[in-house]
Amino acid sequence: MLTTNPFAELANVSELISPTTMQIYAVLMFLLVVGGTILDIVHKKSMKYFNEYTDKANAKATKQVSASDMASMRVKVLTSEVLTSSEFSNQKRRLSHLLTMYGFTLFVITSAIMIFFYGDAAGGETPSIWPLLWHLGALMLCVGGYWFWFAIRVDVAAEGKKWYDIAPRADMFILSLLGTCTFALLWSFTSGAGIFFLLFLISSLFLFGGVYWSKFAHMFFKPAAAYQKKVLEANGHNQNLPYVPDLSSAEVHEKYPDIPTYMGKNPPNMGPGIRRESANHY
Amino acid sequence: MPTYVHMTRCDGCGECVDICPSDIMHIDKTIRRAYNIEPNMCWECYSCVKACPHNAIDVRGYADFTPLGSSVRVHRDEEKGVIAWRIIFRNGTKDFELLAPITTKPWGEGIPDLNTAEAPSDEMRNSQLLYNEPKYIRMDEGGLHTFETNKLSLKEGVYY
Repeated sequence: MLTTNPFAELANVSELISPTTMQIYAVLMFLLVVGGTILDIVHKKSMKYFNEYTDKANAKATKQVSASDMASMRVKVLTSEVLTSSEFSNQKRRLSHLLTMYGFTLFVITSAIMIFFYGDAAGGETPSIWPLLWHLGALMLCVGGYWFWFAIRVDVAAEGKKWYDIAPRADMFILSLLGTCTFALLWSFTSGAGIFFLLFLISSLFLFGGVYWSKFAHMFFKPAAAYQKKVLEANGHNQNLPYVPDLSSAEVHEKYPDIPTYMGKNPPNMGPGIRRESANHY
Repeated sequence: MPTYVHMTRCDGCGECVDICPSDIMHIDKTIRRAYNIEPNMCWECYSCVKACPHNAIDVRGYADFTPLGSSVRVHRDEEKGVIAWRIIFRNGTKDFELLAPITTKPWGEGIPDLNTAEAPSDEMRNSQLLYNEPKYIRMDEGGLHTFETNKLSLKEGVYY
């Protein structure tokens, strides 16, 4: 069951679901994602705002950032923000996001491989590694996604909001994602092209077709924003945040006499303060 | 100066919701980002500013010292024990920073050990003062200030 290619079996069930139809459907989904993202950018003018802000911030930069530093920042964004979701300070959210992200990536890549290379008998027997990874991806997505849905999402709302309170637009992405992987697993486990396959199709259509309305496109925007943040920190703009200087310097003592008066000439490290205990969202 | 959230910087982690003593930081149900639901009720304690891991929370400066359209950004540095401000006017030419201490000893120190404190006497229990309330809060050692004690009197009727 875990080692059989569910897409290859579809062709045996009905002639309507031929490998070519599946390939056309997959290409259509890809085009929907690209089109949805472009429409989203045009409608929200996010690219325009992003570029304007970058220009304004660069004009106020106090330091020059070298090309090698920019390149190392790009690598850092990839290894830190993209691959390990370091932006999340809450470790539960981070783990849930990583499970969902890697599960989704595995699921999509193995689906494409099984549809395009092993969709029909002519492609030969599907190596068992692809269906295995496909099931693993869907399972990881389910674990991360349901964890988010039942525990983390409700917690974040902090409004006594129940798991069955659905905000259609806010939850479109996560629900279609959960629907896609859940129905994919159920369809595979029941070895049939019945109701679960139909539900799988509908969920995937919502997932890839709803990019314009959902937060699917965050995978493109977030790395760009993380990179911009790093550049602004390096070039001294730092998003207009105040600079906290070394408190033991004579210059600071002269400019801000309250510091030596109340804290001494060489103030100690005051400890983690608020971060001594982790937040417990009631 | 009440706080507000920059939606593009917020990631909806809920740290500000958790810490706000006035319970006015909420998560928007549609876009899942924090916002200050009632700035009029803000105590201006800046706990949310301090708790935000993404520096997404800013302050709306009062018009008497920062005209409309200015940027007031604040950063509480826990480890250094200071609060830093940066105020930039709308025209961009006035740009200044301020720095002030928020603690003089490491966090968690200087908490009174109430186990070893003396139990209140009956006189203290019956007093109108709160437990451990410093006596100097009352500006007089005797009774309340009244017209009589200040040798004043009210005249009847309306007078100017």
